[in-house]
Amino acid sequence: MDIVFAVGLQVLSGVATLLITSLGLAIIFGMMRVINLAHGEFLMLGAYAAILSARAGLNIWIAMLVVAPLVVGGIGLVIERLIIRRLYGRMVDTMLATWGLSLALIGAVTMIFGNTVAGFSAPLGSFAIGSFTASAYALFLIAAAIVLFGGIWALLRFTPAGLIARGTMQNAEMASALGVSPDRVYAVTFAAGSAVSGLAGALIAPFSGVVPTMGAAFIAKSFITVITGGAAMLAGTFSASGLLGTVATLGTFATTPVFGEVMMLVVAIVLLRLLPQGITGRFFRRSL
Amino acid sequence: MSGIRLPIELAAASFVAFAAILVLPHVLELFALINATVYVSLAVLALSLALVWGFGGILCFGQAAFFGLGGYSYAVAAINFGDTTYAVPVAIGVPALVAAALGYVMFYGRISDVYMGAITLTLTLILFNFVNSTAGDQWRVGAAPLGGFNGIPSTPPLNLPGDPGNPLPPEWIFAIAVVSLLICYILAKLILRARFGRVIVAIRENERRAELLGYDVRAYKLGIFVIGGAMAGLSGLLFANCVFVSPTMFSLFYSGQIIIWVMVGGLGTLVGPVIGAILLNLLTTWAGTLPEINPSLILGAILVLAVLVMPRGMLPSLATMLGRFRVAGGVT
Repeated sequence: MDIVFAVGLQVLSGVATLLITSLGLAIIFGMMRVINLAHGEFLMLGAYAAILSARAGLNIWIAMLVVAPLVVGGIGLVIERLIIRRLYGRMVDTMLATWGLSLALIGAVTMIFGNTVAGFSAPLGSFAIGSFTASAYALFLIAAAIVLFGGIWALLRFTPAGLIARGTMQNAEMASALGVSPDRVYAVTFAAGSAVSGLAGALIAPFSGVVPTMGAAFIAKSFITVITGGAAMLAGTFSASGLLGTVATLGTFATTPVFGEVMMLVVAIVLLRLLPQGITGRFFRRSL
Repeated sequence: MSGIRLPIELAAASFVAFAAILVLPHVLELFALINATVYVSLAVLALSLALVWGFGGILCFGQAAFFGLGGYSYAVAAINFGDTTYAVPVAIGVPALVAAALGYVMFYGRISDVYMGAITLTLTLILFNFVNSTAGDQWRVGAAPLGGFNGIPSTPPLNLPGDPGNPLPPEWIFAIAVVSLLICYILAKLILRARFGRVIVAIRENERRAELLGYDVRAYKLGIFVIGGAMAGLSGLLFANCVFVSPTMFSLFYSGQIIIWVMVGGLGTLVGPVIGAILLNLLTTWAGTLPEINPSLILGAILVLAVLVMPRGMLPSLATMLGRFRVAGGVT
């Protein structure tokens, strides 16, 4: 019985990690049809922001939950102004430009902080499930994923700002005719997506280690999760990370971490072959 | 395109190639010559994506997968046969077969642009993760250990057909690489001149219209994709001959770089990506010698600027700048 709980917790935290690290990308893709290939580097910047401010003496929770999203959100705002804004509607060009941005950010951070692994240990200890021990941080991660996901959903569903954002997403011209400035909505959306990525980077930092190249491990997985999810960004990301995270974690248990990941990617390819528009192209079409 | 232009362009390309073969081995030191061979092999890779993306309109994030597969199948086959004669067709055939299978899934599944990017990227990652984890003795194909993260350091160099005792010297390998690049270029030119190539370009311009005119879009796309895969395999073979095969051939860094070469050189041209690959590699090597600047920063900044300032790439932008007398048709 204990092993069921232990494995269950692992699966849940795997799903939570995938969900957290994909949300920022999903917001930007879902709202703006922009694929931000520098997403992995936004995670990396969030992790660095958290670790540097924690080292400067700030409380670790404030560093992770407040400083990281603020810093990366600010960076996102600048990047939207300088690069993304010039490329709206040119999806492939945006992908290429953000890929270049990702390389440039890796290079810049390597130059400043060096190519060494920094890290901090998970701030909460561990607890026992029968004869197994589990990290309490895994529980925190699951809770954080629920709160973050619920928060974004509620924001979009119930607040006036969410209504304006959804309206612009559905029909930017109509929204513009009704007195909304799509440019501003896009700028805020991009900054918000970046902030979520920054927060995610800080949250995963304790177990992933902080290096300039850490983003590469996540960008592909998040990209595939969001694409597999399809058009409805929240429902899609939720269902895709649930499915792919479960496959990856169970695969890891059955074989090795590498083959767990390979299994997840194979499932994603098969899924895209069967549902070329992603999961929400067929199911949950009318959801957010 | 007038009838006289094609022979002139092909003659010019052959002239440059043979001049390089005759002059460079005498001018460059051995290390520089091997580096030059690497650049030429990567130029073949750029050419393969120039065909698939620039003319076929298929944005493939996974061209590095075929590159790596070519290198690995060459190394494995050469070690097993003890002779590189039959390793060459294997190195070109395996990536072509994989491209055919993947292309079948994508094109006959009617998968759209972004999703195609996701799938090709995923395949590259799968291969990267898989090859990286093949350390240890249980992972071997015949006599060839796959070597995991370290790759196969004992990749044998090419020998003359049927003469396995005499591996070719670096000057020969360089000449073979240059000739391969020339052959690929001529092939690409001829393909684009033929009916097949014209249909490919028509599909890139307007897929729906080409389909309504009765062309089987799926088959044409599959065709150009397989040709690109085979070419990338050849490039992997050449690369394996001057370095050795390792999982980095499958890495995101390579798949990203190929796209940068084509983009910066000029999408929709053949010469542009070749020049782009060689110039950008020279630049990266040079930047690598500067202690304070990271080469990734330079590459990334170039890509961002290229997209923002000259989205059509170096060659077409230059051509427009140099004069308006070559407007229609453009440089290919």
